[in-house]
Amino acid sequence: MARLLTMTQDDAAMTTIPASQTAVPQIQVRGVEKVFTVGAQKIVALQNIDLDVQKGEFVCLLGPSGCGKSTLLNAVAGFQPPTRGTVTADGKAVMGPGPDRGMVFQEYALFPWMTVAENVAFGLQIKSMGKAEITARVDALLEKLHLQDFRHRYPKDLSGGMRQRVAIARVLALDSPILLMDEPFGALDALTRRTLQDELLRIWQEVGKTILFVTHSIEESIYLADRIIVMTYRPGTIKQDVRVDMPRPRDGASAEFNRLKRDLSLMVMEEQQRFSADEIRSVTAD
Amino acid sequence: MSNASSKTSAASILRGSLVPLLVVAFWQALSSSGLINPVVLPSPVAVVVRWWAYLLPAEAYDPAQSGWFLWALSGEMLTDAWSSLYRVVLGFAVGAGLALPLGLVMGTSERAYGLMDPLLQVLRPIPPIAYIPLAILWFGLGNAPAIFLIAIGAFFPVLMNTIAGVRHVDGIYLRAARNLGAGPTTMFLRVILPAATPYILAGARIGIGTAFIVVIVSEMIAVNAGLGFRILEAREFMWSDKIIAGMFTIGLLGLAIDIAMNRLNNHLLRWHRGLDS
Ligand SMILES: Nc1ncnc2c1ncn2[C@@H]1O[C@H](COP(=O)(O)OP(=O)(O)O)[C@@H](O)[C@H]1O
Ligand SMILES: [Mg+2]
Repeated sequence: MARLLTMTQDDAAMTTIPASQTAVPQIQVRGVEKVFTVGAQKIVALQNIDLDVQKGEFVCLLGPSGCGKSTLLNAVAGFQPPTRGTVTADGKAVMGPGPDRGMVFQEYALFPWMTVAENVAFGLQIKSMGKAEITARVDALLEKLHLQDFRHRYPKDLSGGMRQRVAIARVLALDSPILLMDEPFGALDALTRRTLQDELLRIWQEVGKTILFVTHSIEESIYLADRIIVMTYRPGTIKQDVRVDMPRPRDGASAEFNRLKRDLSLMVMEEQQRFSADEIRSVTAD
Repeated sequence: MSNASSKTSAASILRGSLVPLLVVAFWQALSSSGLINPVVLPSPVAVVVRWWAYLLPAEAYDPAQSGWFLWALSGEMLTDAWSSLYRVVLGFAVGAGLALPLGLVMGTSERAYGLMDPLLQVLRPIPPIAYIPLAILWFGLGNAPAIFLIAIGAFFPVLMNTIAGVRHVDGIYLRAARNLGAGPTTMFLRVILPAATPYILAGARIGIGTAFIVVIVSEMIAVNAGLGFRILEAREFMWSDKIIAGMFTIGLLGLAIDIAMNRLNNHLLRWHRGLDS
């Protein structure tokens, strides 16, 4: 299933994924293709995507911008059905968005007319959960994400990092087995970003969710993921499926980290160059 | 620090009142010079005296008749202002009450929009004032035609802005809500409606402004109380001081309505980015 790696097998940080997995994967993507038609132009955003994510796995989709990471995530979330192929989550075919696959957006997507607590409670109210239970759950989540003191604030009065904490609390409230995150920390400064990465890892280890996490940052993917899926640019395919076996917390200064970083950089750079060449072409064509 | 800021605020009050004071002084000089007939242009002093008389109760206080508070409010001006305000509020409630649900439906459903839009495009450019003959024909004289006209004046601004508000709801909120499991009712009541409130309230503000214009006009034709009626009545007696006193009162009431709308706006949109000040 996975393409063959260019790396050597004895590289401890990277090993190929065995061709057959024993457990039933929590997310199963089979033969997915997505074509956007813009005027007369056809953009093949995704082609021939096969991907299995096991229960409890933390998987990063990595690639330069425009390579179809969001499109793949949206197909799993159910926002954009693929042109061809199937997506299965928890054994059920994905037909549309749902609270079993909670999504965290890069733009936070908090409801600005709701306070922090109201945003977190929203999904629970939809489930028609009792008032007392909602309050208890919201309180626990706000505490978990260090938001207790901000519960009555509106999103406009929060920093970017705080907003993304609220967005994370909002999907955690759903208690969905799958978390989908589209460059959630992309707009944050480096320090806030690291703090939130650590908290996400802590929460993930605590509650054992399956996470599919989109990023274009190589370091972020190495810091977080059990597996890194490197994507190609137009058509968007899976270039490489890389397992990361380093113990956490991972040290960005370690030799292993940097070896992996160099290898991934080469791969991403190749795609980045195709992306830049494309951009230059489209600019000169105008 | 506070000393400096009170100094600057005193200075700004002084600066702000400079032009009005000059205008009043010029006006007073003009009427004192005797060049202009006081019926054409009464002096500012005469206007203020008349305004005060207009404000005060007509009869002396009589505890046997009514309570102190009601007596204080029994002056002609306050009765007029109250009648005008009552019509504005009622007419606005009718107009906006019809426009809001219609706008929500038209903003949400392409089909409803396609059905209703042609008719509304034809009706919208007709100024509410042009409905006066029809209003009198249909409703006779009194409050009913006035409220009909005011409702028309308030209807279109609220309708247009509600449609625009619903259509401009950012797709990211809809996606987030669908992801959280929101069904159509929740989506409408808790996402689309609040997301559209900035537009809707802007429409309400324009609508109440129009309603206030229409109330004055409609009172000049169909009723015998209210600020619009009073200044027309004063003209019949050539009381120019009372005309101007009435106009100032209309301005004050308009200002009060605007301030109230602003307060409401700030409260309902306390979550909104643009309203940090
Ligand atoms: N709605 C759309 N219409 C047309 N083209 C789109 C649309 N969404 C994405 N694309 C194109 O599909 C490709 C993949 O986009 P996307 O998944 O957003 O990339 P990424 O998230 O990796 O930056 C890009 O080339 C983009 O221009
Ligand atoms: Mg993207």
